[in-house]
Amino acid sequence: MKFLSEYRDERIARALAAEIGQCAKHPWVLMEICGGQTHTIMRYGLDELLPREVELVHGPGCPVCVTPLETIDTAIELASRPEVILVSYGDMLRVPGSRSDLLRAKAEGAQVRVVYSPVEAVKIARENPRQQVVFLAIGFETTAPANAMAAWQAKRERLTNFSLLVSHVLVPPAIRGLLTSPNNRVQAFIAPGHVCTIMGCGEYEALVRDFRVPMVVGGFEPVDLLQAILMLVKQLEAGEARLENQYVRSVSYQGNLAAQAIMKEVFEVADQKWRGIGPIPQSGLRLREEYAAYDAARVFGMAEFSVEEPAECISAQVLLGLKKPTDCPAFGMRCTPDNPLGAPMVSSEGACAAYYRYRRRAVAS
Amino acid sequence: MGRVQFGGIVRPVALDFVPEAAVGDYVIVHVGFAISRVDAEEAERTYKLLEEMGGLEEEFGPEAAS
Repeated sequence: MKFLSEYRDERIARALAAEIGQCAKHPWVLMEICGGQTHTIMRYGLDELLPREVELVHGPGCPVCVTPLETIDTAIELASRPEVILVSYGDMLRVPGSRSDLLRAKAEGAQVRVVYSPVEAVKIARENPRQQVVFLAIGFETTAPANAMAAWQAKRERLTNFSLLVSHVLVPPAIRGLLTSPNNRVQAFIAPGHVCTIMGCGEYEALVRDFRVPMVVGGFEPVDLLQAILMLVKQLEAGEARLENQYVRSVSYQGNLAAQAIMKEVFEVADQKWRGIGPIPQSGLRLREEYAAYDAARVFGMAEFSVEEPAECISAQVLLGLKKPTDCPAFGMRCTPDNPLGAPMVSSEGACAAYYRYRRRAVAS
Repeated sequence: MGRVQFGGIVRPVALDFVPEAAVGDYVIVHVGFAISRVDAEEAERTYKLLEEMGGLEEEFGPEAAS
């Protein structure tokens, strides 16, 4: 298919890997932020094509993984009410809350429906006027405009039976947190191509300037990622720190202004807790006061509470790039996609799920 | 709503964020919304550069080039 097969060309991928090998003279640690990119790297074994000087660590860019336990517990509690239909993206259903998960709640009789798009969530509300439809609106900047459209549409139609349980996270404050951590090993970043498609490049330019760290906005195909890695290695070897854009076919400097406008209309920046990582100031989005009537936490008067992650799960260190999934004693043994201890083993963007799916032999080694 | 073909399957896609999209364009879609129109010129320029680089790597031989 056009714009896909070209970027999966093995000949070009191998040539890029060879050039990375020639350029890399010193050991470098690179992080890809986005879980979609982690899956491409594992699926195509890109890390195995790289010279030993270049180490890839995986970042926190898995929306399902960083959605707080408390949000999942709240979603399960709401779903269990007879008047509620809880609507969610499919990836969330198996994510463990502190006692159960949405799939189990559904098996026990709760009304839980999976949608591919927020448009469908609004449609369910229209078609079920006697039920309260709660949409579990999670995600990064890529998903925020679409989720915002659902709230905007519901307000325009004056729906009184639709609300959003919001858990939205932002990438730049998380990178800032990583770079200020005393444990940080990351020397350069592949910035997330779809987040930047929406938000543009400005926020990343600020990070490059503040931390003198090279960043390349990268795409999602193997050739995209190898090219982004080559661009980063060249910068690192030359002692430079610039923002470059590898994913020019989708990312412009200013981003998608129409999508940014609807985000700003519906959401405002707020403090946010990240599962496994903890609270990060000004790293999330919440509904604006004008949309309070569509805020499920307010509509249903949900109390704030705090629960602890199971001690056995090392997802915090995995999400911060400090450990690889295969460093976990539970990996592939007590923790599998069918029986996950933590969220990164469940999500199609989770690092543990990527290793389990494409790198199971690593368990035995 | 637009109609977008994904490797054979046609699905409805919201075009609110790419109102400039026209019939025949390639778009990137996330949760049912098109988020960008693929810039064909940029895509081809990048690819040509990469292809030239791939072509220079003779060590991979004609098989890998097929």
